[in-house]
Amino acid sequence: MSGNLVECRGLTKSYGGLKALDNVNLTIGSGKIVGILGPNGSGKTTMIKIMNGLLKPNAGEVLIDGEKPGVYTKSIISYLPDRMYFADWMTVEDLMSFFADFYKDFDREKAGKMCSRLGISSKQKVKTLSKGTKEKVQLILVMSRHAKLYLLDEPIAGVDPAARDYILDTIISNYNTDATVIISTHLISDIEKILDEAVFICNGQIMRHDTVDDIRETTGMSVDSLFRTEFRTVPYQGGRDNVR
Amino acid sequence: MEWRLTDDRPIWIQLTEQLTERIVSGTYPMGEKLKSVRDLASEAGVNPNTMQRALSQLDAKGLTETGRSTGRCVTGNGEILARVRTELARGKIRDFLKGMEVLGFSEHEIMELLKGENME
Repeated sequence: MSGNLVECRGLTKSYGGLKALDNVNLTIGSGKIVGILGPNGSGKTTMIKIMNGLLKPNAGEVLIDGEKPGVYTKSIISYLPDRMYFADWMTVEDLMSFFADFYKDFDREKAGKMCSRLGISSKQKVKTLSKGTKEKVQLILVMSRHAKLYLLDEPIAGVDPAARDYILDTIISNYNTDATVIISTHLISDIEKILDEAVFICNGQIMRHDTVDDIRETTGMSVDSLFRTEFRTVPYQGGRDNVR
Repeated sequence: MEWRLTDDRPIWIQLTEQLTERIVSGTYPMGEKLKSVRDLASEAGVNPNTMQRALSQLDAKGLTETGRSTGRCVTGNGEILARVRTELARGKIRDFLKGMEVLGFSEHEIMELLKGENME
């Protein structure tokens, strides 16, 4: 495929006086797993929401597969929000029908198989699922679409390390190789092994965009250590500087 | 066999090394078909593109071959395997000798020690 799958030009978004994104330029190709990495409040979720058309930027534009967010882009983007949005009276089965209704590219059989492999009964109600299981179900649904772009906002934040491994494995074994997966997270060490590229974002600006191999080769550090070094904040010393 | 990945070096290099070890040691036997890129990636918990890059290195060294219908197999060429295996062993010996030199051992002392060390 030629061209870029995601292209952000001069994206700016403010909430009141707060600049969440500040002139972001970013291009991402096809067939990649890309991590958007940044501390809390750095603009990760805002960027993802603009990409899938949930938010409008104040300035700049984003093109997904050459088009502005709209009906077409929604049909090729599979989005995992940072919080759960399913009605809790629904059963897992209901959720699957819901997805099958909404998305032509939803592979119900695949979703069913993944759920049963995890021992999740399709008759179970969302209400009765644990937080971790809910997140797994949500990810299974999102990854069971044959999308071109998967936008996963904090997919591993709320689950234990074993479930994290399961989730990461689900991501690597279920995206097709010409699709791109964008994962936002601050839990870098857990995901860096599955990333092609890392985008560092801080205060709404892109600080770095490189392949993970390049980062390791040029710095001799893992992406996680580099992140910790670049974003280290000096703890407040209780104003000791002023003490004579 | 576990995949051991450390933080300080590119992952593809580490994967290449460990795949090579598995091949020359016979863990992946001569002529045998390898698992798919995706399965290997999932086993090691890495990105499929990274695993692909490591496997291309093996192809380049002649340790693996990709047939049109067979997928990627370990080479059936024993000479290549023997050569790479010896190269790796030489590397380990050089590291060992360097370490012994740091400790101030002479060649003679090293040989004596090695003889005394029973290979159980």
